[in-house]
Amino acid sequence: MSSTPPSSPLDKLGAVSQSELLPEVLTLLESQFSGKVLSVCVNLGDWEASVAKGSVPEIMRFLRDDKRTDFKMLADLSAVDGLKMGLVPRFYVVYHLYSIKLKHRLRVKTNVSEEDPAVPSLVDVWPIANWFEREVWDMFGIRFTGHPDLKRILMYEGFQGHPLRKDYPVNYRQPLIGPRN
Amino acid sequence: MAFGNSGLPSFLTTKLDAAIGWARKYSIFQYPFVTACCGMEYMATACSHYDVDRFGAGLPRFSPRQADVLFVVGTVSHKIAPVLRRIYDQMCDPKWVVAFGVCTCTGGFYDNYATVMGIDTILPVDVYIPGCPPRPETVLDGLIKLQEKIQHQRQEIA
Ligand code: SF4
Repeated sequence: MSSTPPSSPLDKLGAVSQSELLPEVLTLLESQFSGKVLSVCVNLGDWEASVAKGSVPEIMRFLRDDKRTDFKMLADLSAVDGLKMGLVPRFYVVYHLYSIKLKHRLRVKTNVSEEDPAVPSLVDVWPIANWFEREVWDMFGIRFTGHPDLKRILMYEGFQGHPLRKDYPVNYRQPLIGPRN
Repeated sequence: MAFGNSGLPSFLTTKLDAAIGWARKYSIFQYPFVTACCGMEYMATACSHYDVDRFGAGLPRFSPRQADVLFVVGTVSHKIAPVLRRIYDQMCDPKWVVAFGVCTCTGGFYDNYATVMGIDTILPVDVYIPGCPPRPETVLDGLIKLQEKIQHQRQEIA
């Protein structure tokens, strides 16, 4: 590890977590929410923070409203099923934030277990989270507590299971009409 | 039989069939059921460079009740499949179906939970136009094949 910080985070491959190399947003986040922010790092040039599930709305609200972070835009919200990667807990939900004014991005992750697949909803923080959360529910079966209308968005009513879970059988079809499997 | 063995009735119906077939094949009103990327190629075929109007298929109708050829253009998912079937059922006879692009022919590369593996699992298909997407020449070739089929089939008059 060199003592001088790299000129661009992209110069550095692999995760960096020494505090002197971290951008202000991450150090700010860590000092503001110690105990709730589990880890921060710069991974392949991207800022990344891992947070506790229960404090997601609180942290997100701060990230949106604080002048130094100013993440006014939730660019994406998705999930990862780590079944085949042996992740424990099995899922994590990923939030991609973007600041239109300051032009920086942040990825926030939170772990979700298979037994209790529920995360607090962010619809109150960013209204766009409504559809994103419905998609994650549809594809991964992760519930979002406090969501006003958590129903499937891509698959149809009556579809059994959640197709992007790694244990969904790859050949399994559920046609509404036409030949069964 | 009033005509006895003269062969006149079959002569007449054959000529009538040919005449009706000729009329039908040059007045194709299509219903474009466009769901995905193939739609761009459908538009390219319909525009002046390739000009399907030369084949009498220039007027798409956006009501199934006014159409006689259902062009299924693009990926068909299980969610949209009942809609497609319903549109087919709403069309009046005589009617034909063209599967446009490999997605509609076989499902293409989408071998997954969402996609219908070929629309012939839910509808009878007359002409398959392969390609991802098919070039306009291929589409015109398919259209000519459909016209041949219309010309040579028995013409039902309801
Ligand atoms: S055949 Fe290819 S171009 Fe046509 S709808 Fe399917 S993927 Fe798109």
